[in-house]
Amino acid sequence: MRGANAALGAAGLAAFLLLAEAVPRLGLVEEDYFPPAGRIADALGTEITDGAFWTALGDTLTGWALGLAIAVGAGIVAGVVLSTVPYLREATASTIEFLRPIPSVALIPLAVLLYGTELESVLLLVVYASFWQVLIQVLYGVQDVDPVAEETARSYGLGPWARIRHVLWPTALPYVMTGVRLAAAVALILTITAELVIGAPGLGARIAVAQTSQAVPEMYALIVVAGLLGLLINVGARSVERRALAWHQSVRGEVAV
Amino acid sequence: MLDVRGLRKVYEGSGRRVEAVRDLTFTVAAGELVCLVGPSGCGKTTLLKCVGGLLEPTAGEVFLAGRKVDGPPPGMAFVFQEYGRSLFPWMRVGQNVELPLKQKDLGKARRRELVADALASVGLADAAGAYPWQLSGGMQQRVAIARALAYEPEVLLMDEPFAAVDAQTRADLEDLVRRLWRERGITVLFVTHDIDEAVYLGERVIVLSASPTVVREQLKVDLPAERDQLSTRVAPRFAELRTHVYERIQAAKRGVATAKTDTPPPH
Repeated sequence: MRGANAALGAAGLAAFLLLAEAVPRLGLVEEDYFPPAGRIADALGTEITDGAFWTALGDTLTGWALGLAIAVGAGIVAGVVLSTVPYLREATASTIEFLRPIPSVALIPLAVLLYGTELESVLLLVVYASFWQVLIQVLYGVQDVDPVAEETARSYGLGPWARIRHVLWPTALPYVMTGVRLAAAVALILTITAELVIGAPGLGARIAVAQTSQAVPEMYALIVVAGLLGLLINVGARSVERRALAWHQSVRGEVAV
Repeated sequence: MLDVRGLRKVYEGSGRRVEAVRDLTFTVAAGELVCLVGPSGCGKTTLLKCVGGLLEPTAGEVFLAGRKVDGPPPGMAFVFQEYGRSLFPWMRVGQNVELPLKQKDLGKARRRELVADALASVGLADAAGAYPWQLSGGMQQRVAIARALAYEPEVLLMDEPFAAVDAQTRADLEDLVRRLWRERGITVLFVTHDIDEAVYLGERVIVLSASPTVVREQLKVDLPAERDQLSTRVAPRFAELRTHVYERIQAAKRGVATAKTDTPPPH
């Protein structure tokens, strides 16, 4: 079953690449703007031999990882504090609902004013966008604590800190993992966007340079790299999730009793 | 050992005022096994949570070994009906049993010893490495009992612990509780809606009224200490006692006022 699915997936991808090769060659689209897949692959081959490409990739990954780490850390701490301190959740709910929908890209002018084209600009946008993903999931996760589990912990004399560590945190963990996975994807989008629009060094800036210098196949090659990056991040996040939640019913599957 | 005086609990919220427990006074002597039985919905769980310090009573007091209970006391362990939710699915069986011990200042070796001993006495010595959800319902409740035993409580509170397991498992678990009680000399307060279970297990049965709850009767169970599922349950005295309790509960459901008696029915 699994092998059959993989074979189907590979066949689908091959068909797509074939189509991407054939359509421009047949003149159905302008070849200057939509180069055939083969030429994009050639450009990609040239890119990966260029040291500047790897520097750009490193910059992008740095912005992504730092931004994500800050957002996850802040989101978890804020979420736990908001939901464990009485009345704080109610007091902050409307503010959160107002701030959360503000698109991160709307903060680009602010980021430029504050930090120019430095890494901090990228971080501001990435952190702002990813933070809410994590925070909202933590808030939901904490609400999911089973009253029986909580009473069990209390009856055995577990103090507030021990209850956070042994009951609240494991209960919220599946939600946190979902939040981190969503935040990882959003963080990549915002990193590339910031580089593309603001010109902070990285893959995004390199795409912009390729575009303005009419290096169309190179531009597509870089877009493919960005896509592969997104794919890897998602696969990585899922495997971390499966390891951390081996006990959870979404992962453990059916168990013979 | 356990002294409940004038306990009253009123729930208030969203415009409704529910008096779950009106006035309960009873004592449980050290080393006694007492069953509380009452019609369903009579506030048994509320009562037990007040005794365990999980709920604050509206009035009245609970004393454990002379000290007033105002929060879960260290000498008390609680076994819940919902074993599946009371055990933590993210911890293995051994870790579940050990967790409460980490709150007590015990060395690692002593903790291990207690965990192994408790699991062995419920017949799950080799399940320490399993996750609770890999075990059957009856085994999960055994783990919950082991967790309570390892905590070395003076008083064990059990809230309808066998209501959610099948009849055969239930019989085994009842015998397990009797055995552990006799071996370890723990004081046990066992809440159930099952009259047969109350009579089979208890040294004394406290019959509660329908909500708002008061004590209707306290009945000494004069069955031999050595009980077994086959012979005890067909003994004429068992039938007499269970019939007596059954009548009391039926009367309680109808709300008929009967004189409070503390004497067992005549032989």
